Order: sequence, then C-alpha cells, then structure tokens
Amino acid sequence: MTDLERRQDRAPVPSGWDYAPAPEARDIVTLQERYGVFIGGELVDPKSGEHFATIDPSTEEPLAEVAQAGPKDVDLAVKAARDAYENGWSGLSPAERAKYLFRIARILQERSREFAVLESLNGGKPIKESRDVDLPLSAAHFFYYAGWADKLEYAFPNRTPRPIGVAGQIIPWNFPLLMLAWKVAPALAAGNTVVLKPAETTPLTALLFADVLRQAELPPGVVNILTGDGRTGAEIVKHEDVDKIAFTGSTEVGKAIQRELAGTGKKLTLELGGKAANIIFDDAALDQAVEGIVNGIYFNQGHVCCAGSRLLVQESIYEPVIDKLKERLKTLRLGDPLDKNTDVGAINSKQQLEKIQELVASGEEEGAEIYQPPCRLPERGYWFVPTVFTNVAQSYRVAQEEIFGPVLSVLTFRTPDEAVEKANNTPYGLSAGVWTEKGSRILSIAQQLKAGVIWANTYNRFDPSSPFGGYKESGFGREGGLHGLEPYLELDEPRAGK
Amino acid sequence: MSRLPVRKTYKLFVGGAFPRSESGRTYEAQGQNVARASRKDLRDSVRAARGAVPKWSGMTAYNRGQVLYRIAEMMEARVAELADLSSGRAEVEQAIDRWVWYAGWADKYAQVLGSSNPVAAPYFNFTVPEPTGVVGVLAPESPSLDGVVARLAPVIVGGNAAVVLAPEAEPLASIELAEAIATADVPGGVVNILTGHRSELAPWLAGHMDVNALDIGAADGDAPELERLAAENVKRVVHGRADRQSPYEIANFLELKTVWHPIGV
Repeated sequence: MTDLERRQDRAPVPSGWDYAPAPEARDIVTLQERYGVFIGGELVDPKSGEHFATIDPSTEEPLAEVAQAGPKDVDLAVKAARDAYENGWSGLSPAERAKYLFRIARILQERSREFAVLESLNGGKPIKESRDVDLPLSAAHFFYYAGWADKLEYAFPNRTPRPIGVAGQIIPWNFPLLMLAWKVAPALAAGNTVVLKPAETTPLTALLFADVLRQAELPPGVVNILTGDGRTGAEIVKHEDVDKIAFTGSTEVGKAIQRELAGTGKKLTLELGGKAANIIFDDAALDQAVEGIVNGIYFNQGHVCCAGSRLLVQESIYEPVIDKLKERLKTLRLGDPLDKNTDVGAINSKQQLEKIQELVASGEEEGAEIYQPPCRLPERGYWFVPTVFTNVAQSYRVAQEEIFGPVLSVLTFRTPDEAVEKANNTPYGLSAGVWTEKGSRILSIAQQLKAGVIWANTYNRFDPSSPFGGYKESGFGREGGLHGLEPYLELDEPRAGK
Repeated sequence: MSRLPVRKTYKLFVGGAFPRSESGRTYEAQGQNVARASRKDLRDSVRAARGAVPKWSGMTAYNRGQVLYRIAEMMEARVAELADLSSGRAEVEQAIDRWVWYAGWADKYAQVLGSSNPVAAPYFNFTVPEPTGVVGVLAPESPSLDGVVARLAPVIVGGNAAVVLAPEAEPLASIELAEAIATADVPGGVVNILTGHRSELAPWLAGHMDVNALDIGAADGDAPELERLAAENVKRVVHGRADRQSPYEIANFLELKTVWHPIGV
C-alpha cells in the first residue's frame, strides 16, 4: 500500500451524507388514460381491441393503458408505410426530407425536459441520465442524419444509393427514445418509411414522439408506431411487405429473427447482447479508471448492451482497485429516478429484476464472493443494489451470460496476452474498455479485441457520428455515422457507360 | 517413342497441404477421380482456417497485397493448364487480372471504408475495418475458375481465412488454383479448398460455430436452410455473385471497429 492509499484508507466514508430530495417536477408530462396505435399519422384504436397497462417501475403505479397491436394493426401500419413510401416520401426531394428531420431534432430539443421526465417515469432511469444523455443524444442523432439526407451520393464512392422501402424496427427498453432515434433517423434520411415497435415496458416516449411528428408536419404514414409485446414484433418481422428489419435486443431473439428471415431476401441488421471486458492495466490512472468502471456497469442500472460487465484487473493492482471501487459504491445514490441526485434508478421491470436475482444467486452458488454496499431499497418498485462479484472464474454464469443489471464480475490477469484472451473469451463482441497510460499498449490491445466499440481511458461514450455495433454474436450492421446509413440503402452499381 | 504421361492425383487443399479425404472417398468429375471431402475434412479445414487468421490478418496490408499479386504471377505461369480445366484462356486471364485488381486494394480499402468521426466531445474517434475471421464460400458452379477467384479474392484480401467448397461438377480448376496459391507465399490455412458433394458439406459449413461469415450466392434451393443454420452463431450471410467486383465485396467480410480516446493533457 502506498502512503496515499493508506491515507485514503483512513479517510472518513461519506456514506452518511444526507441529501435533501431534489425531485424533478413531473407535471410537465400530460398523459392520456389510454393510447391507440399511431398509423397513417393518427393515434387510432387498435383493431386487436387489446390494451395493457404500462407502469412506473419505481412505484409499480400504472401510468396509462397502451395498445397491444395485433396482426391487423401491423398490416395496416405496413400498408400506411408502403403508401407513404410510394406516394410521396421516396419521391420527395432529399433536401426537403432533410428539413423534416431537422425539424424533428429541433422539436426534441425544445421539448427535452418533458421527454426526459417521461423517460424516467416509464423506464426507471435517473433523470440526470435521461436529461443529460438520452435526450441530447436523441436530438443530435436526428440533426446528424438530417444532414445526410441530401448528401447520400457522397457517402458511397462509385455507387448510386437508393432507399429500400418499408423498414420494420424493433427497439429495446433500456434507451427507449434514443434507440428510436438511432433507428428512425437514418431510415428516414435514406428515404425509407418506418413501422416502429417500442419495447413492451417503455412505450410512452415513442407515443409522445408521435406528437413531435405531428408538430413537424411529417407526412402521414412515414413513421408508424405500434406498441405491444414480442408478438407484435414477430408480426412485423413476418410481414411480407416489410423490406428491412432492424432489431436491437437479446441475442436469443436476434437469432430467432435471423432464422425467420432466412430465404426471404429481406435486409437485416442486429444489435444484440454483450458481455464487455473493461481491462485495467497497472499503469492506469486508478481514480479515473474506477470512475470508468462505475460508469461502465452502473450507468442506467447496467441495462446497457455494451456495459463493462466483466472487469479485468491486472493482478498487481487488484487490491487498490477493488478497495477504491467498494468505497465508491458506497457513495452511489439509489432511489427515485426523478430525483436529480439519483445515480441508480429502478430496474426496468419485474421480469428483468427476477432475471438479475436469478443470475446473482447463481454467482453466489458457483462460489463467487459478493459485495453490495449498505443501501436501503424503496419498499415499492423494482430495485437492485449495485453489486460486485470477486473470485469469479471464467466459467461462472456471471462471467459468461449477459445480466443486464448493475452487477459487475471481477477477473484478474497478469499479462496483456492473458487480458486479451480472457476479454475475447465470449460469444459476444460488442464493446470493451482499456485503461492504461501507455499509448502503444492501447492501440495494441484495441487491435486485438474482438469488439465493435473500444473505449480507451473512457467508457460508455456515444455520439451520432460514431458507428456502433458488434462482432460475432453481438450482431451485424452499424448504427451511427456514415456507416449507419448503409443498412437503409441499396447501393446500385453505376450504369454502364457512365 | 511415345511416353506415358504422369497423371495428377486431385486432392483437397487444407492447411497448406494437399491431403486426400480422410474418408478415402472420391467421385468422378471432368474425367478424373476427385477427392470427396467429408464432414471431418470440413471441420479440419475450419480449424486450419481459424489457425491462419492471426498470422494473415497480422501481416501488413502491403505484404498481403504482394502475396495476392504473387497468386496472379503463379497463375500466369499455369495459363495453359488452367485454360484446359476451365472455359478457356479468356476466363483464366480475367481471373488473373482479378487477383491483380484485388491485390491493389489490400492497402487502400481501409481508407475508403474507414472513417474518422467528429464526435461532439473532446475525444479522438476513428473507425477501422477488420477481418471478420473465418469465411465459408460456396463457389459458383460456373465459371469454374473465375467464379472461385471472384468470391475468394475479396474474402482473403481483407485478412480473412476461407473454406471454399469447389464447384461440384468442375472442381479441377479449383485444385489447379490451389497449387498456384500454395506456391504464392499464402500462409497455410488462409485458403482451404474442398472438392466433393456440396449437399454433404454445405449444411455443416453453414452451421459450424467457428465460421463467422458465409457466402452462399451459389446455393440453389438450399439457401434458406443454410441461412437458418447460419443464424445459430449470427453469421454474416452474403449472397455473392461471380460478376461482382468492387471494394464493397471486400466490405461484406469486414467488421467495423470504432475506438474512442479522450483528448487532454
């Protein structure tokens, strides 16, 4: 132990600090009692006639009823999308298409507080994250792709880009509006029309987005929004008149979709699960690295496909890193998602909470050592204490399976080769982190990691201009950047003689 | 006085060597007995390919380009033999020129397909293409030489290793091609070529958990089933065509890696 570490060891732990409640006002959000499906520019009653309650996972209170869209609703939505595609949208001048997207970006900026509050209400994520991450990035995504709409011919040398048609898009519950933006913005910029299904547990910001489209005066049918559970998604995937499917979600469902689409010739992009390694070398700036570890796994309750859920620490610094990490965990504030001081919000659903509990129990059973900071959980709602597993073997389920919760598994390594081997020892390949002050080592490790996004001396950064997507069973295709356009375009060869 | 010619035994090309099928089977094609590869040969090929990826993808792009160019050189020396086994001299010349064309791409596609990304925060952020790993290729039945080259060249120029199922009815040009490849400084295992019955091999290639991508442009009625099998480990499925030649063919078998680093003092 160095002198500095010894001093820090004796430092008083600030866990007893009390913060005054600082709740964000929720009256900025006005909810309807019951929502229909958004087809052809209007919220209409679902033909299925079915609705279900959507809740606030931090209180289990119902917020509204939303539609369980059925096969007929899917068919109507696809027809509306096809009609909008054939009769207007694909023929619109690209510069005009761009301006619609710019409008959407601006309206999202203008209404960002409202969206942020609703995102936290319906999804359970801390308001400071929905306010500072989800909303600015969602608006930025539309702004970025807006600019591409009339510049596509510059993006792919020697090719003539052309839209595909109707895109079916199925998004997850961890970043509801942001994932909507990641899907809808490039699809529209490329000249396609959309049938979008938000996640079963987080439909409300997508429905509020329908109001943004109204304000933007987007032509009816260009974007259609169907709420529902997995059955609705399956209907969209199966629908004959959908030309392209974009899915973000679990690897299991992704594989099922790939199987379902076999032989249909439909284009497909998949953004699936992950089990990212966050690698800390002994020369890393430790305090920054510990912040990176915390941001890597506890950001958004660990409901992040690229979460740094496997910590790989070089043996020589194992103890100080773990000590610092445990101290830091004591300062994380868990509770009301709408409180501006909250670091860790509610788990998104009962089902997800049970999955986390089951996997954590397996970790203890298999022999890992569990650490959870002292933390009082609210009585109602779905909550899970930030958790660290040490003494983890690579074969343990908590080191192999995606937990999608605030649970970190710690492994150690001695040499860079061992770090790379352990990091790559997973069927996934979405992301990874590397912490070291040595530049050449960053580049070498980054080169060897089989992952689509590498964060060096940082973690969980996102930007509309930065391509995102996985290797191996984490999926294929990229979202973001120039590369994020390609999944929504056919690239025709130049005509002969040209 | 006439001399009895020494005939060639047509064998598989696996891991840089020319083994017979471990099954001991052959089938007759183009008047020759040709090795009829088994599932075991296929698995051996995938293992050889996986083993070759680190070395091949770790070579400099300039070096890979020179190796591809050398394949063209080696084929040029075999034009007569290759012409006999394919549709003729024109096809051979086209195949050779194709290698030269792709050889030149080795140190260029990363600049065309990669990017530097202007993120709205103090980070240096760039995207580079990397090989996806092991690629299974169902070569087109025709043209029997240039079809193989058209689908193989874009796979290996990107640093991948390939397991190729040769055209079933006309496999001889593929094995002649393998002999050119074997003398062109291509590391063993980067290209593996199996002759045999496609229906016996393709499903095992499509379902193999250590194959990352699959080019099934040449599959007929079994394409949907192969695609279903490919989903088991989320393979990248490509429907390649023998008449396609562009850097986008290379891109089909590449992953994009994006790296972030803070900018600061």
